[in-house]
Amino acid sequence: MSALLSVQDLVAGYGPAPVLHGATLDVAAGEIVALLGSNGAGKSTFNNNVCGLYRAWAGRVSFGDDDITASDPARIVARGLIQVPEGRRVFPNLSVRENLLLGAYRRGHANRARNFEHVLETFPRLRERLAQAAGTLSGGEQQMLAIGRGLMAEPRLLILDEPSLGLSPLLVEEMFALIERLNKEGLAVLLVEQNVVQSLAIAHRAYVMENGRIVLSGQARTLADDPALRKAYLGM
Amino acid sequence: MLEFQILLPSIVNGLTLGAVYALVALGLTLIYGVLHIINFAHGSLLMAALYAAFFAHAGLGLDPYLAMPLLAAAFFVVGYALQRWVIGKASHGKDQNVLLVTLGISIAIENLALYLFRADTRTIETPISYEMLDLGIALVPYPRAIGFAAALGIAALLWWTIERTDLGRAIRAVAKERQGAKLVGIDVDHVFALSFGIGTAVLGAAACLLLPSFYVSPSVGNVFVLVAFTVVVLGGMGSFTGALVGGLAIGVTESVGGLFLGQQLGQLGIFVIFIALLLFRPTGLFGSRLA
Repeated sequence: MSALLSVQDLVAGYGPAPVLHGATLDVAAGEIVALLGSNGAGKSTFNNNVCGLYRAWAGRVSFGDDDITASDPARIVARGLIQVPEGRRVFPNLSVRENLLLGAYRRGHANRARNFEHVLETFPRLRERLAQAAGTLSGGEQQMLAIGRGLMAEPRLLILDEPSLGLSPLLVEEMFALIERLNKEGLAVLLVEQNVVQSLAIAHRAYVMENGRIVLSGQARTLADDPALRKAYLGM
Repeated sequence: MLEFQILLPSIVNGLTLGAVYALVALGLTLIYGVLHIINFAHGSLLMAALYAAFFAHAGLGLDPYLAMPLLAAAFFVVGYALQRWVIGKASHGKDQNVLLVTLGISIAIENLALYLFRADTRTIETPISYEMLDLGIALVPYPRAIGFAAALGIAALLWWTIERTDLGRAIRAVAKERQGAKLVGIDVDHVFALSFGIGTAVLGAAACLLLPSFYVSPSVGNVFVLVAFTVVVLGGMGSFTGALVGGLAIGVTESVGGLFLGQQLGQLGIFVIFIALLLFRPTGLFGSRLA
């Protein structure tokens, strides 16, 4: 199986010291891959470099047949690698409708009306809020909007950064069910999470990141039974 | 006792003046709302546009109203380039740098104009310069009437662009959430430069509307930029409606103030309002829409 996203030996950071010390990861079409790790492990740095928000120091990122290591975010979005960032990053001063329309700014413009309907079917709650400013939505609704906005770009791979962060347990449950459903419809997902148990439950494969390095990887089912992982993240 | 017949024309006169103020202020408020920078070069760019309109008329025989689309396009390019390759590059993400850079640009443009054109005040005469439009309640010089209508038309076009188009949505998105904008594939630097370009394109248009009833000299920008800042603060920084309503209000204040206090002191009322506003309602009348 050839990889859709392939990241090799990614080294990146912000100041003088690197945060990532060579991370390697790949995602194949149709997969849910979980990237797990505690706060500060380097997961978001990983994402933001893959998506072109920062320039990686070393390593190689390829998506489909293209090398996107030095690409800017707009070009990466155009290829169909879409990130739903941590903290949602919806446009607070724009209405829900406008947020969704902007999701198709760079990609998916031709089918915008159809995808818009599809997103509203996926998130009926957003339909009731279409004219409302996104900044006035609840945290859960903003998360739905952020994912909906991502879906508007017809992603080939959706990176979800901490989608469960700040949601009530019930909503977290709903969120993971939704991710599973989107995947069943054919969408490849890179799920970046601290929530180890629920992530492993829906993922096919998983990577565990610690201090900027991938320390563990494998089939999600195998990892769920891994004694080291259970000890480190579940206290068992 | 003041006659109604004098007051009414004065208000109409103020509205025609205010519409152009509003237009200049719209450019300023757009740039502030999106880039969060106060463009000190706004006045001198308007001055440059007035000279461009003047020489298009004097040199090429181009009627200012016909030159309007041309000048708007040319100043769009100027503004885009300024932001993309000068202001944006020199700012290194620091607001105080932007202030200094735009101030520097304004000084450079103004002195260049002084050097090239000297301090002379120049005016043009168009076939309609002395024609009057009879509104029944007031006689309005044609250039003023056209300026008023065109200014409102341009404002409406601008509003439509900001509120109803993908570009407008992208501009508003970038104003508030740059990271999110990048992640939907918006080229943020490009949108910044577009916003600046639109803000200066408006100046190109405003210059063409002003010139037939006004004059041009190297310091003419100061006349407008101070008023435009007042308009922007009055309406609320970054507020579109605010700039429009504020511009009209300031125009009327100046005109009616001039009626009571004499032409020389007409602008006094503007700055009284300005100071009172800063004391009692610093967010302006319409809060903030873009920002």
